[in-house]
Amino acid sequence: MNSLTRLFAATALTLALGSAASAKTLVYCSEASPEGFDPALYTAGTTFDAASRTVYNRLVEFKHGSTETEPGLAESWEISDDGKEYTFKLRPDVKFQTTDFFTPTRTLNADDVIYSFERQLKSDNPWNQYVPGTSWEYASGMGFPDLITSIEKVDDMTVKFVLARPEAPFLADLAMDFASIMSKEYADKLKADGQEAMLNQQPLGTGPFQFVAYQPDAVIRYKANPDYYKGKQPIDDLIFAITTDASVRVQKLKANECQIFPYPNAADVESLKSDSNLEVMEQEGLNVAYMAYNTTQAPFDKVEVRKALNMAINKQAIIDAVFQGAAVPAKNPIPPTMWSYNNEIKDDPYDPEKSKQMLKDAGVTDLSMKIWAMPVSRPYMLNARRAAELMQADLAKVGVKAEIVSYEWGEYLEKSKAKDRDGAAMLGWTGDNGDPDNFLDTLLGCDAVGGNNRAQWCDKEFDDLVKKAKATDDQAERTKLYEQAQVVFKEKAPWLTIDHSKVFMPMQKSVKGFVQDPLGYHRFDDVDIEQ
Amino acid sequence: MQRFLLSRIAVLIPTFIGVSIVAFAFIRLLPGDPVQMLAGERVVDPARHAAIMQQLGFDRPLVVQYLSYLWGLIQGDFGTSLVTKRGVADEFFTLFPATLELSLCAIIIAVLLGVPAGVFAAVKRGSWFDQSVMGAALVGYSMPIFWWGLLLIILFSGVLQWTPVSGRISLLYYFPQVTGFMLIDSLLSGQKGAFGSAVSHLILPSIVLATIPLAVIARQTRSAMLEVLGEDYVRTAKAKGLSRGRVIGIHALRNALIPVVTTIGLQVGVMMAGAILTESIFSWPGIGKWMIDSVFRRDYPVVQGGLILIAMIIMVVNLAVDLLYGVINPRVRAG
Repeated sequence: MNSLTRLFAATALTLALGSAASAKTLVYCSEASPEGFDPALYTAGTTFDAASRTVYNRLVEFKHGSTETEPGLAESWEISDDGKEYTFKLRPDVKFQTTDFFTPTRTLNADDVIYSFERQLKSDNPWNQYVPGTSWEYASGMGFPDLITSIEKVDDMTVKFVLARPEAPFLADLAMDFASIMSKEYADKLKADGQEAMLNQQPLGTGPFQFVAYQPDAVIRYKANPDYYKGKQPIDDLIFAITTDASVRVQKLKANECQIFPYPNAADVESLKSDSNLEVMEQEGLNVAYMAYNTTQAPFDKVEVRKALNMAINKQAIIDAVFQGAAVPAKNPIPPTMWSYNNEIKDDPYDPEKSKQMLKDAGVTDLSMKIWAMPVSRPYMLNARRAAELMQADLAKVGVKAEIVSYEWGEYLEKSKAKDRDGAAMLGWTGDNGDPDNFLDTLLGCDAVGGNNRAQWCDKEFDDLVKKAKATDDQAERTKLYEQAQVVFKEKAPWLTIDHSKVFMPMQKSVKGFVQDPLGYHRFDDVDIEQ
Repeated sequence: MQRFLLSRIAVLIPTFIGVSIVAFAFIRLLPGDPVQMLAGERVVDPARHAAIMQQLGFDRPLVVQYLSYLWGLIQGDFGTSLVTKRGVADEFFTLFPATLELSLCAIIIAVLLGVPAGVFAAVKRGSWFDQSVMGAALVGYSMPIFWWGLLLIILFSGVLQWTPVSGRISLLYYFPQVTGFMLIDSLLSGQKGAFGSAVSHLILPSIVLATIPLAVIARQTRSAMLEVLGEDYVRTAKAKGLSRGRVIGIHALRNALIPVVTTIGLQVGVMMAGAILTESIFSWPGIGKWMIDSVFRRDYPVVQGGLILIAMIIMVVNLAVDLLYGVINPRVRAG
């Protein structure tokens, strides 16, 4: 009897262990709560990690770990000679997820694609205002309603986008989160039930993971989508444990309460690296921090003055003090991980003596200026105040008196746009879609003066190059044009390019196959965990 | 008693209106608006900015906005979050049980330790016990919550590995939310070990949240007791030959309790403030964390609705405290 009991217990234990081992769970300590689960409504990376990169797919996808694109739900496409018509052939037999809340009856077709875009583009679409006050931030911010003239269903599996003008970054745009493809069948059912708002609370797509549950501000649960068109994921369950404090994320990782987390404090990186159970991945982020001179105001309208000031500032010292080395000095306005980055360019050297001489030659003496420092920590500049203080000291050495000014964040963004702004404003940018246009034209183009172009810099030569690159879809040609644009930028020096910060990703060594993404996404497709 | 109750409730109405004005004005005093904050570095085209503000109704004169908001409040409509697009009251009551559970545990710890510590310190005035209680209270009162929370995590979760780092329950347990109180829901779920896991997750955050109220309550109890112990009737009671326990427990403590109960009531407000930090450290999904996020996003409806709901809770607690006076001290009722 006794041995029978023991046998029974042993069997039960084996079964229990067996089932525990069979369910592979990866816990990711995410840094904040998602704003919602309809990616087209939002702009935050946290939301994209939680909604679009897990649950959804797009017609075109970013290659894992790259800013280049590859076929996604569209298996192929054709672009008309005038660059205005994009015809996408959809991948056949792509199943939408079957969940507790919805069972699809059909596979992906053209209706889903048209629905996913038209709701954002047409104000008379019944889904345009499914949550009152929706502004479709990205679609409208990128001018899609004007750019896209029509979206036509050629047949069930073919969709044609007609554009108002050629737009080279269009394919990259379609790989962005707001272009995620939703199920029209699911949307129709929600509408019929009067439950439209659930589209933003219970997402359903074709992606690698399907949504299980969200406890606000605490946990998001997903499980692997067994019908995923690229095959089921190696892990069974994916959990986002929302942990806003970076120091607490460190402790949770060390206690193995989560296996991977983003955005450690720079000060914690060394100790994480020295832990033998952990691995810390690092990569340059798709970002840049800069200080924009106001090129319309004397004496900053003179190239020599801007160049001289650039040579007065010791960037490496800023990187050491503010980032503890977790950044690289920037010489170009685009980050090194982006295609067309011009590595031939030589940065203005740190040379206070020469700087002094150049200022003298330019007839500038007793210069006083303002340095604007952001009041908040941003990924590309952790402590703008500290950086500004170092610049102030550097400038003093060449006889320039700098005063540091700052405003509350909202006010800072607004005031720094002003065309007659007094002083050089520190700011930065994180790329949206990996296209150089998203930096060069967005931040330095003539159209952006008084807006994103904080240097108020409108240079015909530069602008022509960038505009020309936008109008062609030959990538080799575009690369050449952008490389040239960077040369012009460096010659004219509208900015002091400060740094590209590094992005760290600490994880347990048991996590396999995680790839850091230059666009800043945290993707868990193809990630495995050893148990 | 009824008149007393009615007069107390009548005071709440102007308070409520005052709170709603402050809540409404407060978030709008901050520079930056929701559209701009959402866009961050990305510049929003002025025409589009104006269109969105109009759509949200933020282009109307402030007085009109306020009155329409107040009208909504009277009908029980707290508005919709600009970010999550969910109802404010709905979000509040989803998250509130977590804050309440944590606050209740903290206040229980604070009262159970604070009142006896204060009583003994008063009775043994000047002793080493008194000195150390008051010393500890001073340290506790001055404790920076953020640092204290992290210190406890590093010590108890990191080095000793006695408690989990953060969250409300181990992620292994997954069951639907019934009451929103994890201690109750974990029992209802019937999953083995769930309740223990919920308790272990509560320990550190409750201690951290209890620290300041505990210090205040201990000090308040001590000084109230000292005052009462010097009163004539206590001397009379002693002279009558009553036991020490009776004199302290019945005659002195009951009278000393009035200021103590007031303090405990006031600590509920302090607790809400403390909860904001504590919840952030321990990833506790309560209203504190929710409010902070909303301020940064300039999510007007959430900030104002959240403030009003919190204020209403504090008002109700204070009303309860007022009523408790009546129970403890009948003279208050007559006034």
